[in-house]
Amino acid sequence: MKAVKIRCTLNGRPVTVEAPPAARLLDVLRGPLGLTGTKEGCGEGECGSCTVLLDGAPVNACLVLVGQVEGRAVRTVEGLGDLADLSPLQEAFVKEGGSQCGICTPGFLVSAEALLAAIPQPGETDIREALAGNLCRCTGYQRIVEAVKVASKERASREPG
Amino acid sequence: MALIGRSVPRPDGLAKVTGRARYVDDVAEPGVLVGATLRSTVARGRLRGIVRDPSFDWSGLTVVTAENVPANVVALIEEDQPVLASDDVRHAGEPLALVAGEDALRVARALSHLRADIEPLPPVLTVADALQRTAQIYGSDNVFRTVRIAKGDAAAAIASCPVQLSGTYATPHQEHVYLEPQGVRASWDGNGGAHVLSSCQCPYYIHKGIKRTFGLTDERVDVTQAVTGGGFGGKEEYPTILALHALLLARASGRPVKMIYDRKEDIEATTKRHPSVVTVTSGCDRDGTLRAVSIRVILDGGAYVTLSPVVLSRGALHAAGAYRWEHVSIEAQAVATNTPPNGAFRGFGAPQTIWAIERHMDRIARTLRIDPLALRERNLLRVGDTTPTGQFLKESVGVARCVEEAKKASRWDEKRRVAAGAPPAGASGMFRLPPPGAVAARKARGVGASVYLHGAGFTGSGELAHRARVAVDLFSDAAGKPRFRIRGASTDIGQGTETVFRQIAAEALWVSMDRVDFTTPSTAHVPDSGPTVASRTVMIVGGVVEAAARALFALIEGDRQEKGGSFEDAARRLLGEHGSLTVEREYEPPPGHAWDDATYRGDAYPVYGWGCAIAEVEVDLDTFETTVLSLWSAHDVGKAIHPVNCKGQIEGGLLQAVGWALQENVVMREGRVVNARLTDYVIPTILDAPRFTTILVEDPYSRGPGGGAKGLGELPMDGGAPAVAAAVEHATGIVCDRLPLLPEELYALSKEVRR
Repeated sequence: MKAVKIRCTLNGRPVTVEAPPAARLLDVLRGPLGLTGTKEGCGEGECGSCTVLLDGAPVNACLVLVGQVEGRAVRTVEGLGDLADLSPLQEAFVKEGGSQCGICTPGFLVSAEALLAAIPQPGETDIREALAGNLCRCTGYQRIVEAVKVASKERASREPG
Repeated sequence: MALIGRSVPRPDGLAKVTGRARYVDDVAEPGVLVGATLRSTVARGRLRGIVRDPSFDWSGLTVVTAENVPANVVALIEEDQPVLASDDVRHAGEPLALVAGEDALRVARALSHLRADIEPLPPVLTVADALQRTAQIYGSDNVFRTVRIAKGDAAAAIASCPVQLSGTYATPHQEHVYLEPQGVRASWDGNGGAHVLSSCQCPYYIHKGIKRTFGLTDERVDVTQAVTGGGFGGKEEYPTILALHALLLARASGRPVKMIYDRKEDIEATTKRHPSVVTVTSGCDRDGTLRAVSIRVILDGGAYVTLSPVVLSRGALHAAGAYRWEHVSIEAQAVATNTPPNGAFRGFGAPQTIWAIERHMDRIARTLRIDPLALRERNLLRVGDTTPTGQFLKESVGVARCVEEAKKASRWDEKRRVAAGAPPAGASGMFRLPPPGAVAARKARGVGASVYLHGAGFTGSGELAHRARVAVDLFSDAAGKPRFRIRGASTDIGQGTETVFRQIAAEALWVSMDRVDFTTPSTAHVPDSGPTVASRTVMIVGGVVEAAARALFALIEGDRQEKGGSFEDAARRLLGEHGSLTVEREYEPPPGHAWDDATYRGDAYPVYGWGCAIAEVEVDLDTFETTVLSLWSAHDVGKAIHPVNCKGQIEGGLLQAVGWALQENVVMREGRVVNARLTDYVIPTILDAPRFTTILVEDPYSRGPGGGAKGLGELPMDGGAPAVAAAVEHATGIVCDRLPLLPEELYALSKEVRR
């Protein structure tokens, strides 16, 4: 298929990338855009390792064609925070044991980011429902739930006023 | 320093939460080819040839078959498995040929234009057929190995007991589902040296395999571990054959080659947990005092030996459970079938035999009308007892405390009483044990328990044979400041090796953790501390890390005492004199450790971890779906060096066991996995996971690092499934001795509960 130019906002910055419109968003992110934080675990939308935010909503990048993101905003794990400026969620995942092997972590962080944007002080059920599309085989999930709780408190304390 | 016992933030965590951690498929490299595998679709046959479609454009593609393999064996315990099948095809999914090219799509198309010409033969698909020798597929009897353990005279003792019970218990395959599928990058240098970057647990296994297949010396092979997205045993032995495949393609093409499995190929082709059938016959007194047990274990090994003999051995050694028996007889066999080879999976044979003995303990309790935990408590192993192999337990048997703590946390006594009321309205009298009143009528709740042990470290003489080696270096950082570095082959696959090793070394060196580096395991740079398996990393290798760091500390401190100044001054002085300083240590087995492989007598393991798990379930009486609401557990870990990591291991291991108990189900037809996708091989999500209450019990092991740490990684996997099955029994009266407890299975069994 012929490559076309696709314009979108990626982690807050406008980008233009050339790709066949039916290429998977996942492959375009990991390939030409060089953002390998988004992982492939199953390629069929079951594991959530490739979760990214599309206009703020979590989607599986393995099921999104890159043509669909034209003119829209994509946010990946790289857009959540960086080594010198971790987001509350990133910090809490490290401290609370929410990340072990780490391959599912970017997807969880992105899903949890969408949750906290919608529900700043989520209850346990909110957290579990929001993360039900992300599989983790290492933690048993409890440390992940704890991390999201800790992060939501930290976010609240960082809010001005 | 007080680093031991503190849950410090894991140092590898920063890269993981920012997306910077580079797993093998994340390494961008121009010129690297994509490799793929042609596999058998039949379970057994004779390979007559690989035929290329002449109408397909093969330009720019590299094809490799068995003829291109220098020594066509995968070096493991035995050399029965070829790198690529050349004559006999022994299982569906067996690799037959390899293709590499620049473009993944063209490589995939090329695979469909390669045809394996196979003359099919009747396969042996079940252990029953294998033992009846419907066809001869391994040796003279289709048996990979037989293990026998005897203590006293079990048959005579059982015959003399007032209560004699027998039961058969079975478990299925289990797929690891590490969320990063298997992957490797391989290349050759101008000197004929092989270079491999692998998602793996055991760089030196791959090293050994490459030396054997390509006829290379040690120093011509460099295997480096990539950041690894989970293993659970699945990346113990399998990465060797994958590395060999990629190296074959790299050699034939003259280019670096990357091979990354997709999920379907990973599930279809790689190893799984051995299915088991275990028959337990016991004799005990009317008060529940255990006397004698006779156990027969059969494991389905699949088509090649891989690690089956050692999985079998560990399974047999755990088969009598955490209990005192005066008389024991165990016979265990691993059997060949024409199914994909089974291999290492967290627990390594023990979850299968613990499942059997724990369900059997519930059978005894049911028959004698004794509380299941009271029965267990009456018979727990204690310091001073001997195991079935005659091992004298001299320390660190914290099992009684585990039971006590788990019972207390779960309010066991109260919960067992609550459920013993009248049948619920609308239950049609189907169920012997009705749910408590608080729950909607069509759902039944119950609690169940299991008690278990896990031998830490290699079985028997394994640690003596391997003699783990670790180096700790003193070197100058870029600013000339003294720094330290741990070098060993033990990999961090998520369980926290880097964190805990740095804690142990920093504590021994009296420096902060950020001054101690952990070297990425690479066979060119690290001594062989052995594979990352067998719950041995912290206890065995961590002990060697501690010994090496202490020796290095003593060197520097000695210099300080002799020549004055601070520790820092002494370190600088030594660096000035020597450039850098390395202390290497190797594992020292406990004094008096004795093991006889011929008789299976002696110290099977240096020490054991212990656990008690209590599950509370809710069973829907219309759909027979089971939900695990809560899981309380207490585990004796010796010493928790990093409590959060310990809890992460326990909760993760227990959830894998819950998945195995309730939902994970590898379906095979004609020896082929037919549900090789996460859509239909279903692992627990966050909504399936129970609330965990995780208690750490510390009964220190005198030789464990950090003040007594024992192995922990596999232990929780042993206990989850029997606790869940016992809870289902308590809730519904349905006795299920075969995993998984699928709704259809429970529905079928519920008919037997009608009265």
